Amino acid sequence: MAKAMVVDDSRAIRLILGRTLEGFGYQVCQAANGREALALLHREGDDLNLVLVDWNMPEMNGLDFVKEVRSNPRYSKLALMMVTTETHIDQVCAALEAGANEYVMKPFTPEIIADKLRLLGCLQ
Amino acid sequence: MTNLSGVGPLFDATGQVERLSRDNYRFLQRYVLDGSGIVIDSEKDYLFEARLMPLVRRENLRSLNDLCALIKATAATPIRQEILEAMTTNETLFFRDMAPFEALRNSILPELKAKCGPAKRLRLWSAAASSGQEAYSLAMLLLEGGFQNWNLQIAGTDIAESILERARTGRYSQLEVNRGLPVHYLIKYFTRHGLEWQLKDEIRRMVRFERLDLRRATAGPGPFDIVFCRNVLIYFDPTTKRQILAAIQSVLAPGGYLSLGAAETIINLNETLEKCVFGKATLYRNPE
Repeated sequence: MAKAMVVDDSRAIRLILGRTLEGFGYQVCQAANGREALALLHREGDDLNLVLVDWNMPEMNGLDFVKEVRSNPRYSKLALMMVTTETHIDQVCAALEAGANEYVMKPFTPEIIADKLRLLGCLQ
Repeated sequence: MTNLSGVGPLFDATGQVERLSRDNYRFLQRYVLDGSGIVIDSEKDYLFEARLMPLVRRENLRSLNDLCALIKATAATPIRQEILEAMTTNETLFFRDMAPFEALRNSILPELKAKCGPAKRLRLWSAAASSGQEAYSLAMLLLEGGFQNWNLQIAGTDIAESILERARTGRYSQLEVNRGLPVHYLIKYFTRHGLEWQLKDEIRRMVRFERLDLRRATAGPGPFDIVFCRNVLIYFDPTTKRQILAAIQSVLAPGGYLSLGAAETIINLNETLEKCVFGKATLYRNPE
């Protein structure tokens, strides 16, 4: 079974995204900020296929998390998708330059997540 | 009359929604069939409520039965056309279903580039363009595929003029650009306008939108190299499906391709188009 991680400081968003991904057949783990997510990634990294990550979080934000992940060749094949309220085009560009593969602007629906996962080849 | 929740006088004194009568159900079914050729069968009868209740509210009517009474009593009011448009407007999104666009990018466009290279001219048709996402997706795909210096013409047609007016603006909500549009295309081909996203003119000017009833598409500006007519035929009866396929084939260039919806087929409807499978997509090719 494919594995995914949801990184968001909102428990409700983690729950919603987690259930959505489980509905697509993913086994899902969660982290509440970038630092927690990095620790979890180092433990489970080789098994993870996909990370959905918020931008604004305490400890370490999503952009810095993406930069950290992309600086490690071990995770070069990991699909990273930002799911955030940040919608300025400069921020979208910054996320892509940092190494995010896709970008979803909140609010989202399960259909939006599904469409984006298909673009990433993470959903049939 | 009780007016609940500020949504208009939709309920009778007991708070119940007045149901569409059997006679009026048949009347609406016939009205939509005659006006657009689209069959609303009993499995889709919920569409009447879903699509027409906004008109009922706007006209300050009580129910769909009142709406029927209104159009029976008036010959030429704008609401008659609005009912047809509400019933025929389909959901659409950028790069819907992905697979046919992958087929274009990986196989068909390279083939046509080699074939049409000397003339450097391609014509495409989005036959049920709705709010424009499919036609604009084709435009973006062509630019990404290295056709910048070609003479490119994309026609977008739909039976509903009101939705075409929206398509021409090239302006989409955040939810709409979130759906199906690769983020790299978003930052390359859109600019932000408040809460909405505006397609750049380089894409908008590639597409020309015009009203067209597919049942009367006996002659067009073709020949087209690629026609997308996706998720449209499912609404028509077999005779009309056959007519529409014949009309499309008559404006499809020799060697041109037709894309239908994933749930649509030409079996028993057309004997000459050739089935071509590209990965997960099935397209139909007009013989040379």
